[in-house]
Amino acid sequence: MTEMLMAPFIGMFFASAVYLILSKSVIRMLLGITILGNGVNLLIFTMGRVTREIPPIVPAGLKQPVGDIANPLPQALILTAIVIGFALFTFLLVLGYRAYQELDADNTDNMRLAEPANPPQPPLNY
Amino acid sequence: MKTLIFRTIAPTLTAIMVVFSIFVLLRGHNEPGGGFIGGLIAASAIAIYGIAVGVSEVRKALLVDPISMAGFGVFIAALSGLLSLGQSVPYLTGLWGYISIGATKITISTPMVFDIGVYFAVVGTISAVALALEEGEADK
Amino acid sequence: MESSYETALELDLPRAMLERATSAGEWNLILPVVIALMAGALLAMIRHSRGSQVGFSVLAVLAIIAVELDLFFQVLELGPVAMTMGNWLPPFGISFVADTMSVSFALAASLVTLVVLIYFQAEIVPREVRHGFYPLVLLLLAGVTGAFLTGDLFNLYVWFEVMLIASFGLLIIGGRKMQLDAAIKYGFLNFLATTFFLVGLGYMYGLIGTLNMADIALVAGQADPAPMTAVAALFLLAFGMKAAAFPVNAWLPASYHTPDAAVSALFGGLLTKVGVYALLRIMVALMPASRELFDPLLTGIAVLTLILAPMGAIAQTNLRRAIGFLVIGGIGAVFAGISVPNVLGIAGAVFYAFHSMLTMSAFYLVAGLVERVTQATDTRHMGGVYAANSLISILFIVLVFAAAGLPPFLGFWPKMLIVEATISQQDWILMSAVLINSLLTSIAGSRLWAHIFWRPGRDGANSEVPNDHLRELNSTEKRMALSAVCVLVGFIVILGLLPNLLFNAANFSAMDLLNPQSYITSTGIETGTSLTGETQ
Repeated sequence: MTEMLMAPFIGMFFASAVYLILSKSVIRMLLGITILGNGVNLLIFTMGRVTREIPPIVPAGLKQPVGDIANPLPQALILTAIVIGFALFTFLLVLGYRAYQELDADNTDNMRLAEPANPPQPPLNY
Repeated sequence: MKTLIFRTIAPTLTAIMVVFSIFVLLRGHNEPGGGFIGGLIAASAIAIYGIAVGVSEVRKALLVDPISMAGFGVFIAALSGLLSLGQSVPYLTGLWGYISIGATKITISTPMVFDIGVYFAVVGTISAVALALEEGEADK
Repeated sequence: MESSYETALELDLPRAMLERATSAGEWNLILPVVIALMAGALLAMIRHSRGSQVGFSVLAVLAIIAVELDLFFQVLELGPVAMTMGNWLPPFGISFVADTMSVSFALAASLVTLVVLIYFQAEIVPREVRHGFYPLVLLLLAGVTGAFLTGDLFNLYVWFEVMLIASFGLLIIGGRKMQLDAAIKYGFLNFLATTFFLVGLGYMYGLIGTLNMADIALVAGQADPAPMTAVAALFLLAFGMKAAAFPVNAWLPASYHTPDAAVSALFGGLLTKVGVYALLRIMVALMPASRELFDPLLTGIAVLTLILAPMGAIAQTNLRRAIGFLVIGGIGAVFAGISVPNVLGIAGAVFYAFHSMLTMSAFYLVAGLVERVTQATDTRHMGGVYAANSLISILFIVLVFAAAGLPPFLGFWPKMLIVEATISQQDWILMSAVLINSLLTSIAGSRLWAHIFWRPGRDGANSEVPNDHLRELNSTEKRMALSAVCVLVGFIVILGLLPNLLFNAANFSAMDLLNPQSYITSTGIETGTSLTGETQ
């Protein structure tokens, strides 16, 4: 049942992420990427089924957990995804900052160094 | 950010955070904590110190280059898995040993070595990024 | 108190833990990745000493190649090999599985890396060494090899990201403004692609409760087909972006020409091919039902990519950008192979991807040499260097023929397989697209060749665009770079003349992909884990 409640939340995460990523400003795109990452993490979490069981920890002195436990795998997946997402985000942040300093552009429209805006015609004769 | 209050408190704060990060790292084996979170705490300690006293001071204080630290972390993390080569078990199998000092029994295991590797990798990478950002700030 | 590991030993062991000893042969699976990672980490520690890094990185890559060769022949002889980390049994542990396709791709990747490392000696830039060129190259190799050898989808995602981080670093390593611009586009779009992959992974886990590839192959057919189609669509989008197939290829020509030629060569050889590999593995082997459903779409992508990419190359004046479009054209050929689901088509796709790894990196390396010789990056400012550099011109034209798929070079055989496959399916549109691609590629390539080498003198002499980073190579450096390229091109020519081994390997790969039974058996999974029931 909780999954049903999570779905619109995840949808909102994705919607705002898409909106931000479609912007021309690099800093907004960065924020969009972060929100998208969080939305995906929430999605994986929901996909592991949201239950009210106890944490997957073996009590002291016992050999296996008592009763039903929560699924630990989605949590491990999310943790990995968070770490990776964090690493990439920091990288893109530094990159965006460097670009802002060196290219003097936060606007992707002004970033035309690698792909010139008016590409030269290929030579027509030899 | 080189205010007097901040500069006075920053070394103490950094020291406490680094010690706490090692505590979190070693605690992490069977309880909440671990290499990643510990590494993040240590990296933020370094970042705070950098804000307070300047990046070049931090680089001097660190003795080793942050990226080299990250390399060292990745190296010993990968190495911890290789130890199982001699035991005819697959890569990354946890191996355990015990050392008794007086009444306490200390557990030494390859997962812990791995976690220490993660700690160094995270400290190195994140502080390299933080210092790079702080350096850019100072240039302006 | 006992540790949790020992307690676990008394539980239901045979279902979760491996009880037999691991043989040395199985270690061959993980060693390439471990060597690359550890060597990269060591190099990161000693990156301020320039002299020792070269020898060390070359030694590491040689060791990786040796291990992979051993693994290759082991796999050819005995079929797929698997090892699951941490003494667990799949699907609990992360499996590494090597079948013919993954090992041959990994082998090609390390071969390309070796050649690039040697080539880099010629145009070495001390600042780039200090900023970590060698560690990043080895990290990239670790990511690529890991992606090829892993048998777990989430692990594949992790290797994708390792690869991505290393390639970010390599892309900006010269620090030119153009590279920053390119890195932003490359970074955002590739990050989006891997995020789509992650979304697909999340859905797949929710649907079938497993991410182990062998396990997925067993249970994917029983899952609800409608949501599985959504998962497959997400994977197709993600890997299509990674592979730079037509509608989502914009990041490739925007970024590949900006770093040094050596880095371009690594990217052109390795990165897109990982996307192709993932497509082959997931769409063909794991989700054949969804692949069938997407057949018209795959064909459409193939046709458009095949025809539009070389047209892009014809319209370019920047040499390395034009080659970037040729890389995309090759991806179109692979898609054409994938969209024909018989052994011929898949074998053609696998073979083509292998060929493209070698040919495209050689192409970028030769382009780098051309840029050094002509002191320009734009073909409008090149010309008349034929007499002084006849060897380079020969290498260039050989690569044009190989890329276009003209006999007797390497590119001919996979294209022949793909055309044969399309004929067997009577898919005339796809067949003509493959052939038109060959024609357009040879037009684009020979146009470049004619402009660079044949055309007398330089029109308009010096470039108006300053190419400040191009340092002219002295004769020793030039000889070194040339010999590195010659080795790679020699490989392409020899393999083109003696394609039997590769034919066999491609056939084995295709059969393994279309019938993943031996792949599944090698991991030790017998019956798939049951589908996740709804917890009430």
